Amino acid sequence: MAISDSKDRSRRSAAVAPVTRSSKPAGAASGGQPVVEFRGVSKHYDGGDVGLDQATFSVVRGEFVFLVGSTGSGKSTVMRLLIKELDATEGTIRVAGHDLEEIARKRVPYYRRNIGVVFQDFKLLPNRTVYDNVAYALQVTGSSRKEIRNKVPDILRMTGLSTKLHNYPDQLSGGEQQRVSIARAFVNHPPLLLADEPTGNLDPETSIDIMRLLYRINRAGTTVLVATHDQAMVDKMRRRVIELSRGRIVRDEATGLYARDETTREFAHRMRGDGTRPPGV
Amino acid sequence: MKLGFFLREATRAMRRNAAPTFAALATVTVTMIMLGVFIPIVQATKGAANTVRGRVLVDVYMKSSATSSDETRVRKELLSVPHVKSVEFVSKAAAYAQQSKQDPAAYALLASNPLPDTFHVVPDNPSNVLAIRSSLTPPATGGGAGTIDQAIQTVSNHKDDTKKILEVTNLVTITAAVLTVLLTLASVLLIANTIRLSLFARRREVEVMKLVGATDWFIRWPFVIEGIVVGAAGAIAAIVVLGVTKVALLDPLANDWTLIAAPRTIPFAALLAVLLAAGVIVSSLGSGLSLRRFLRV
Ligand SMILES: Nc1ncnc2c1ncn2[C@@H]1O[C@H](COP(=O)(O)OP(=O)(O)O)[C@@H](O)[C@H]1O
Ligand SMILES: [Mg+2]
Repeated sequence: MAISDSKDRSRRSAAVAPVTRSSKPAGAASGGQPVVEFRGVSKHYDGGDVGLDQATFSVVRGEFVFLVGSTGSGKSTVMRLLIKELDATEGTIRVAGHDLEEIARKRVPYYRRNIGVVFQDFKLLPNRTVYDNVAYALQVTGSSRKEIRNKVPDILRMTGLSTKLHNYPDQLSGGEQQRVSIARAFVNHPPLLLADEPTGNLDPETSIDIMRLLYRINRAGTTVLVATHDQAMVDKMRRRVIELSRGRIVRDEATGLYARDETTREFAHRMRGDGTRPPGV
Repeated sequence: MKLGFFLREATRAMRRNAAPTFAALATVTVTMIMLGVFIPIVQATKGAANTVRGRVLVDVYMKSSATSSDETRVRKELLSVPHVKSVEFVSKAAAYAQQSKQDPAAYALLASNPLPDTFHVVPDNPSNVLAIRSSLTPPATGGGAGTIDQAIQTVSNHKDDTKKILEVTNLVTITAAVLTVLLTLASVLLIANTIRLSLFARRREVEVMKLVGATDWFIRWPFVIEGIVVGAAGAIAAIVVLGVTKVALLDPLANDWTLIAAPRTIPFAALLAVLLAAGVIVSSLGSGLSLRRFLRV
């Protein structure tokens, strides 16, 4: 699979401190290579519910894109289509140039290894320690034990979990659990990371930490797509926003200006704001 | 390395899901004990039925004037009748000795030996007794039943009894077979259901594994190994219980009670092997197959 080679690509770009061009609406138009491409995609559920209605958009490499909209607007449907948990009723979805319809069921696990996924409910394996949860994503790909011993502690240090290696998920706070799930999503350095309401269960301060971590991953070269209905957060992040309403795309634009090469520290500072702390903190 | 990984995964799962694992193990143990008790009972019943059927014979009584050359000729004739497996000759003297030993008082009153020379005709199969009997008693020219040799006085006539015995023993054998099938089916379903329940509790785990790109067999192997271990452990527990029961309870009784010592039941070692294999196969197939539903994500 073509996107699997980008493991090295992302490492390289991480080394040269990246990347990101500012995202303009409809990123493909700006000439970058699209990582995600939806063309006239609809999803009708069996019960007759419309999950997605004629959605067309694309996301280029290195972008950080928010998918917003009220509950039931179709954000999760987009995510589930992207990991091929669902098949589109209509239209074409391409990821790194591959038409998802052409991926055979047997190949789906291999396809998924190129996509990191983060969910509102963390989806950790309850019977494994933090270390083993992250290691599982590597074991799945047939990584050697040596590789696992090298990579897992690194990624857990990056996500600030070095002291929790041997804790089980139920011994962690929500924010810590989400960090584990992000570490697991990123340990293979996937070219694309999807986060469906990653801060939905977290308090505002913890949410900022999580967004900061996602931003950091984005700066290392990974394309990040975040679904959320936390409007305040989106406004502060000032990234590209695709808004859905009842399955239709009703807005696709970069909200305001933001520094292209903002460091994560600057980012966090701005997110917390001086007079504009997130409500509830 | 892969096998090692799967083994470690399986043991981890069993350690961390001790309660459902124990439930599955206990189910296997109980069903295997049930089978272990039932199989020999069925076998003994069938054995008993066959023993009764084996006693179904045709007796050919000779005339009191029969000579030893008659005896030789009749023996040859009897052996040439279809479905006859063997014949056994009991001379009148031998019959008298045997009978008078059983009931000395009654025979003491008799002045002479009233018993005839007798052939016990053993059929190749008990259900052919009636056919043999009619071959031996062709319709006589003057009407009524004749015999195939003039030295023969009569051929025993227990037509109704024979029929009844054959019917009852047939019924017993069929009932035993049906019960065996039902019990085996019930065991399989019981074990499969327990496994399904324990998997159901872990379906979210399977879902997560699929999300991070695990292939179906990568997920399935640890479950199958778990099934093998649980099946084997459950069966071994059952075997221990059955073995202790046999040695401590049945063997001492067997000396006084022949049904328990029933010679036609399955050998104990073979029974244990059957139980072990059944436990392992049902349990591992059960977990492998039940998982299929949850892998469709
Ligand atoms: N499995 C499903 N079966 C039927 N309808 C569904 C299913 N999942 C989602 N939907 C419907 O599709 C629409 C979009 O849902 P979803 O993508 O989950 O929205 P969001 O994530 O933005 O809250 C909703 O109307 C929802 O009821
Ligand atoms: Mg949703």
